[in-house]
Amino acid sequence: MNHLPLITKREYLNKVKNKSFIIMTFVSPLIMVGLGLLIGFLTNINNNKERVIDIVDESGFAKEIFADTTSSTQYRILNTIGLAQARVDVEEQEHYGLLYIPKVDSVRQLEKNVKFYSKDTPSLTLIAELESKIAKQLTDINYKNNGLNIEKIKEARIRVDINQESYAGEKTSKLSGGLKLAFGMASGYLLFMFIIIYGNMIMRSIIEEKTSRIIEVIISSVKPMQLMLGKIFGTSLAGITQFVIWVLLLSVLSVVLSSIFGVNMSEIQSPQQEIMEEAMKNGDIQEKIGLLLNEIYNLPLANLIVMFLLFFIGGFLLYSSLYAAIGAAVDNETDTQQFMMPIMVPLILAVYVGGFTVLEDPHGTVAQVFSFIPFTSPVVMLMRIPFGVPMWQQILSVVLLFATFIGTVWFASKIYRVGILMYGKKPSYKEIYKWLKY
Amino acid sequence: MDNLLVAENIVKKYGDYTALNNVSLTVPKGSIFGLLGPNGAGKTSFIRIINQITMPDSGLVTLDGKPLEQNHVKDIGYLPEERGLYKSMKVGEQALYLAQLKGLTKAEAKERLKYWFDRLEIGDWWNKKVQELSKGMAQKIQFVVTVLHQPKLLIFDEPFSGFDPINANLIKDEILKLREDGATVIFSTHRMESVEELCDHIALIDKSNKILDGKLLDIKKQFKSNTFEVGVSADNEAVLRSVLENKFSIAPASFKSIHEDVKVKIKIDPSSTPNELLSFLTNQGQVNHFTEVIPSASDIFIQSVQNN
Repeated sequence: MNHLPLITKREYLNKVKNKSFIIMTFVSPLIMVGLGLLIGFLTNINNNKERVIDIVDESGFAKEIFADTTSSTQYRILNTIGLAQARVDVEEQEHYGLLYIPKVDSVRQLEKNVKFYSKDTPSLTLIAELESKIAKQLTDINYKNNGLNIEKIKEARIRVDINQESYAGEKTSKLSGGLKLAFGMASGYLLFMFIIIYGNMIMRSIIEEKTSRIIEVIISSVKPMQLMLGKIFGTSLAGITQFVIWVLLLSVLSVVLSSIFGVNMSEIQSPQQEIMEEAMKNGDIQEKIGLLLNEIYNLPLANLIVMFLLFFIGGFLLYSSLYAAIGAAVDNETDTQQFMMPIMVPLILAVYVGGFTVLEDPHGTVAQVFSFIPFTSPVVMLMRIPFGVPMWQQILSVVLLFATFIGTVWFASKIYRVGILMYGKKPSYKEIYKWLKY
Repeated sequence: MDNLLVAENIVKKYGDYTALNNVSLTVPKGSIFGLLGPNGAGKTSFIRIINQITMPDSGLVTLDGKPLEQNHVKDIGYLPEERGLYKSMKVGEQALYLAQLKGLTKAEAKERLKYWFDRLEIGDWWNKKVQELSKGMAQKIQFVVTVLHQPKLLIFDEPFSGFDPINANLIKDEILKLREDGATVIFSTHRMESVEELCDHIALIDKSNKILDGKLLDIKKQFKSNTFEVGVSADNEAVLRSVLENKFSIAPASFKSIHEDVKVKIKIDPSSTPNELLSFLTNQGQVNHFTEVIPSASDIFIQSVQNN
């Protein structure tokens, strides 16, 4: 008798009809979008606050340095009073701070002698802004003092945009690099999140079966392996349902809400976006969109989608069978801690390796090795594929992944079979090892 | 074929620990078979093997003459000692699900559930969640789910725990009725009074070995000690006592009586008959009480386990 569809259906319906699951499904996107809006809003407030910075200038350069004031910070040059008096005044007036430029013989002496007084430690961005402002103007002054023509220097500056092309004649650009990175990172992180959220859900549902003591009734009717697979499949389907709803809701909500509140969500930037924006700086909007579409079109889309599905499914099943084994071995959730390490370490490793080494060099040795190890390959390989990975490597990695999945299911079902009937004591690794031989 | 279930030389080991050591049992068709033993003796291990939850390391179990196979699941109904239901599921849905796992179609299951729910007067629980039910109520549902697919073999592990006396009686009557309808019942419990009441066969497992089995009546005969409880009234009690003491080995006895009796337990020689004892006693005084001491299931249990 094959009860797998029946068990899967029950698991799915039970999850989907669960009240907290429904609430999570519909409220989480709201919270996420709300948080995004809040962050955007707060950043705006933070930036919009008008700062007044007073300047005591003995050098006479300040006028030139702070000539154009387009930023939200207001600079006031105090000429009539000395530094000591100014410090007292500025503190009383509760201005943001006081900049002191001493009298010097040569511009170079200002490198170390400009001072900033404030009540608290000033914001890092402000100091950086001041430093670059002063340095830029002083450099110009220095050019002039040395008899160099600034206009000529500016004219002489050369910008280089390298046109990238593979041996096969495939043209790439920084833009497509950013796009690939975004795609790879997104799918890698997505899988990572999916494993953690729904792997835990599988584990909890098995623990629930143990604590409610229904397990023995059920496995007198079905094989433990069927029950375990049914739980994994049912929960995965529920997870996919929830994920799809999240993605849909998130995209709709962020569009609607940001148009209502006027906060631009894209202001909250990620590194990938920056790279892409950098690449798109030149050219008008139509050209940009055309370029972007062209780049998307140029990605090996069919390959990406098929491999994404295979690695996603394989990776999730691999980890969820381990979560199932842990759920079967313990009596309650607090006991799961000691067994989570072996799951979390490779997962986090995968994300870090993916995040750093793939970003650095998608085809480097480390990235290559980790894209074959089954416990890290789903995340790392997904990040690598957009940059072009030979088909044989992709296939080999998928085959390894699924072979390991069969291995872990065998391993998990052994633990599961024994573990679900063990009550009342917290097992050790040693004991679990013994179960494998029962 | 008179035996429904035959287990031959079952051995089950967990690592270094032997849970069942060469245990053989036969369960006759239509019997209520008491599977007894102290905690940790191996009863549950044995029951799990019958249910194919675990496999024996060696030995063979046949059901109705055929070696156990996956398909036998629908011929067996098992109410485990550690039992429960999905807490967040509705009673009706859950019963349907469990019935379908036993191979019933949804329609069949629905129809039979309706019959049982009406019979036990729990029809209005259908849409309740299990977590809203009391322990006894949940037990009733588990009982229904166990018997719903009309299995040939029913295995009840402590079926009465969690029931009040009224419901325990109700379940007891249902078990007896199921037997009348042709089911065979394996019954595992520590409550000796229910063994006394229900079982016609018993087997006793202790320390992984079977130490006793057979018809309850035969076992009782085997364990009888030729002891009689007597109450005799005489003019001179002291004289009567010394006469009895000299002739037999006696022990004090206590039972209810409306007479001023000398109450003793008398153990007679297996060679003499109860009639000889009675006629001797009638010569000594008025015999108001004369019964043979029959070993209770509890006595047999304790005695066997202690001797093992």
